[in-house]
Amino acid sequence: MLDTLKLPEHHYLNDGYGLKSWLLTKDHKRIAMMYLISISIMFALGGFFAAGVRLELMTPQGDLFLADTYNKFFTMHGVVMVFFFLIPSTPAVLGNFLIPPMIGAKDLAFPRINLLSLYIFWLGAAFFFYALFSGGVDTGWTFYTPFSSFSSNTNVIPVALGVFISGFSSILTGLNFIVTIHRMRAPGLTWFKLPLFVWAHYATSLIQVLGTPVVAITIIMVFVERAFGFGIFDPVRGGDPVLFQHLFWFYSHPAVYIMIVPALGVMSELISTFTRKTIFGYSFVAFSSLAIAVFGFIVWAHHMFVAGISPYSALVFSFLSFSVAIPSAVKVFNWTATLWKGSISFEPPMLYAYGFMGLFLVGGLTGLFLATLGTDIHLHDTYFVVAHFHYIMVGGAIMGYIGGIHFWWPKMTGRMYSEFGARMSAILVFVGFNLTFFPQFILGYMGMPRRYHAYPDEFQVLNIMSSAGAGVLGIGYLLPVIYLTYSLTRGKAAGPNPWGASGLEWQTQSPPVTANFTEPPVVPAEPYEYTPHVAREANLV
Amino acid sequence: MSNAVAHADAHGHAVHHPQLQHHFDTMQQQKEASTFGMWLFLLTEVLFFGGIFFAYLLYRMWYFDAFAEASRDLDLMLGGFNTVVLIGSSLTMAFAVRSAQTGSSSGTVRWLILTMILGAVFLGVKVVEYSHKFEVGHVPGPNFHSTSPWAAQEQIFYSLYFTMTGLHAVHMIVGIVILAIITRMAAQGKFNESYHTPVEMTGLYWHFVDLVWIYLFPLLYLVERHN
Amino acid sequence: MSVHIAPKSLYISIFGALMVLTAVTVGAAFVNLGNLNAPVALAIATLKATLVVLFFMHVKYSSKMIKLVVATSLFFLTILLTETLMDFATRGWVAIPKLMH
Repeated sequence: MLDTLKLPEHHYLNDGYGLKSWLLTKDHKRIAMMYLISISIMFALGGFFAAGVRLELMTPQGDLFLADTYNKFFTMHGVVMVFFFLIPSTPAVLGNFLIPPMIGAKDLAFPRINLLSLYIFWLGAAFFFYALFSGGVDTGWTFYTPFSSFSSNTNVIPVALGVFISGFSSILTGLNFIVTIHRMRAPGLTWFKLPLFVWAHYATSLIQVLGTPVVAITIIMVFVERAFGFGIFDPVRGGDPVLFQHLFWFYSHPAVYIMIVPALGVMSELISTFTRKTIFGYSFVAFSSLAIAVFGFIVWAHHMFVAGISPYSALVFSFLSFSVAIPSAVKVFNWTATLWKGSISFEPPMLYAYGFMGLFLVGGLTGLFLATLGTDIHLHDTYFVVAHFHYIMVGGAIMGYIGGIHFWWPKMTGRMYSEFGARMSAILVFVGFNLTFFPQFILGYMGMPRRYHAYPDEFQVLNIMSSAGAGVLGIGYLLPVIYLTYSLTRGKAAGPNPWGASGLEWQTQSPPVTANFTEPPVVPAEPYEYTPHVAREANLV
Repeated sequence: MSNAVAHADAHGHAVHHPQLQHHFDTMQQQKEASTFGMWLFLLTEVLFFGGIFFAYLLYRMWYFDAFAEASRDLDLMLGGFNTVVLIGSSLTMAFAVRSAQTGSSSGTVRWLILTMILGAVFLGVKVVEYSHKFEVGHVPGPNFHSTSPWAAQEQIFYSLYFTMTGLHAVHMIVGIVILAIITRMAAQGKFNESYHTPVEMTGLYWHFVDLVWIYLFPLLYLVERHN
Repeated sequence: MSVHIAPKSLYISIFGALMVLTAVTVGAAFVNLGNLNAPVALAIATLKATLVVLFFMHVKYSSKMIKLVVATSLFFLTILLTETLMDFATRGWVAIPKLMH
């Protein structure tokens, strides 16, 4: 019975006290928790910038900030959210914590490199904070040349260096995961018995390792141009700004898959647990993660349809962009088929999963309008684009991340949290999100450009709706901070498997011991053991 | 290909190689993981240099005459000499790894030191080349000086030249530092037939740096030399 | 542990080959091959690179996984180079109608 559950006596959180035991740790779980705190701070910062943007946009005139200041707000919002929150989020927190126990290992392949990746993240963030306190950056998170490399009079270099540095954090995490998943699986745990969460992180790691270096070299080229006056993208000397865009988007498009694919992995875990069914079409879902990773690398110029690329290549990129939607759709269909005749429940993590499915669907479908050449001419650089990517990044990636936090919080901390608070938060986030971003589809279709601090009067009503929604969304995000923190000292002890989920991580105590397992975990016959006879044997029913 | 030994009884092993890290089960697994990790890192380096190689490719197509003229102003003797030196350092590095594999600490130290010397020679020559470029005003930017009709696009060539060889040089400096650390470890007798992974990993990195130069040399120094 | 320890003579032969190829590439640059100068230089560089990768870096004696990592890096590098080039190479192929003002 839950009432008699107690926290285990020895676990990774009390295995050594003091700053040094944390800052010099090799334990992937402690590193994950430090990442959790770090990116939560960055998320709050990104939210602050978003608040500034939405406040300004409540009125048609640019009356809150100067135009340049507004440019800094949306730029900093984008830079923080993309590079310092979304890219690390699920992999650095949930991936780091869960991959070793999920495969029956004691730690990742390279624990010290894991710690190094955290330090590098902090160093990159420090550069960003330096730039922030010395006036910020106004180039847009995409820092197109020659504005970023030549004309902008803001702190481009520190931000660029901060992003460059934090990229190595991402690369090292990916490298660590790939080697770990290949080489550290428990005996008998073959690839097709792995949780789909692991497949998703494997695919994500491939993208991190292959794509991030290209943005790194691109930043270096912008840096030398700006710092030394070199000419690489400078049109006056014959350089091509579109070359920058090609190199930038070669990474930044796969980067969006770094941000979403881990959340897709979380989704498979949530849906299988809360329908008490194995994921329909397991191999298809597993391979679809790999397909997204590979296809994601060949579609980047759909961000450049109006930049002056050749219509012939635009045609090719458009066609390929349609194809990358297919593996994502495969996942959504398979999750739906999993729900069919499943034993469905509505625990808080599952509420986030339901929200995810609807919002990811909308986000994905609206991407097709942007992949279509003709409609993109009209929609490019409008709020339609802003709405599209926020549906995926916020409605998808962030909901997946927060759903995952709610699902694995008992495992990571040994505590249960307020179910009422969690349900409230899921509902507020869903409602607030739609109120914020759905009007933006309409605004974009009607022609409101992005990155403008002023707009025609007729757009005001929709903008006010959007800003109001942002307020609700903010409250929805604040609630978990409160009840999750509260649960750390007051939450009920969770026990090893409060959700009755399958997966090796649920076979060990909550929180786990430093070495993850006190006795070797039992490798399952199949990845999701919810068929009655198997579940009975695993004491899940 | 998964490990063959169960995890939990790691401390029940009677014999435990001193270099075996606790989250691995066997030295074989640890070595395979290290090798795999280093190759993945080199994969990132391929994509890293690849980006700027593309920029070079594009501008060479567009501004061939500017590139040809600027390339001819690079010192082919020094560039060729450096190529020989660097490939030579790959040979000495390969010998160093081989010495480590056969358990010869003194051999390992000797060949590693030679590798570092050759690496330092390479960097010394680059300093000479860079200084010359500074003197004649071929550093792109406000101090660039050229009377060629293609002066503007020559700045692009030199921007790429300095950035590409500069990044390469940074990689070499890091490599020499790592070599110094590994040499010290070898001198302290830390490597033998059954454990010499750090030497091998350093070798992979060093050969990769050589690889980049194998492409940089013809692309930068040999654009058009037959006029 | 199965480690293939190459004889010193192998390394020396590879070094010799690399020296010869370096001389060839320098020599070829002084010959007017027209449009072929660049491909020849790249081909020689690639041959040198292959020797370094296979023998100095031991890929010839390495596992399939390592060979796959090498192949993957080349595959994605190829995508970077060719798909970007596809844009620049096809500029002007399709006439863009001018807007009437």
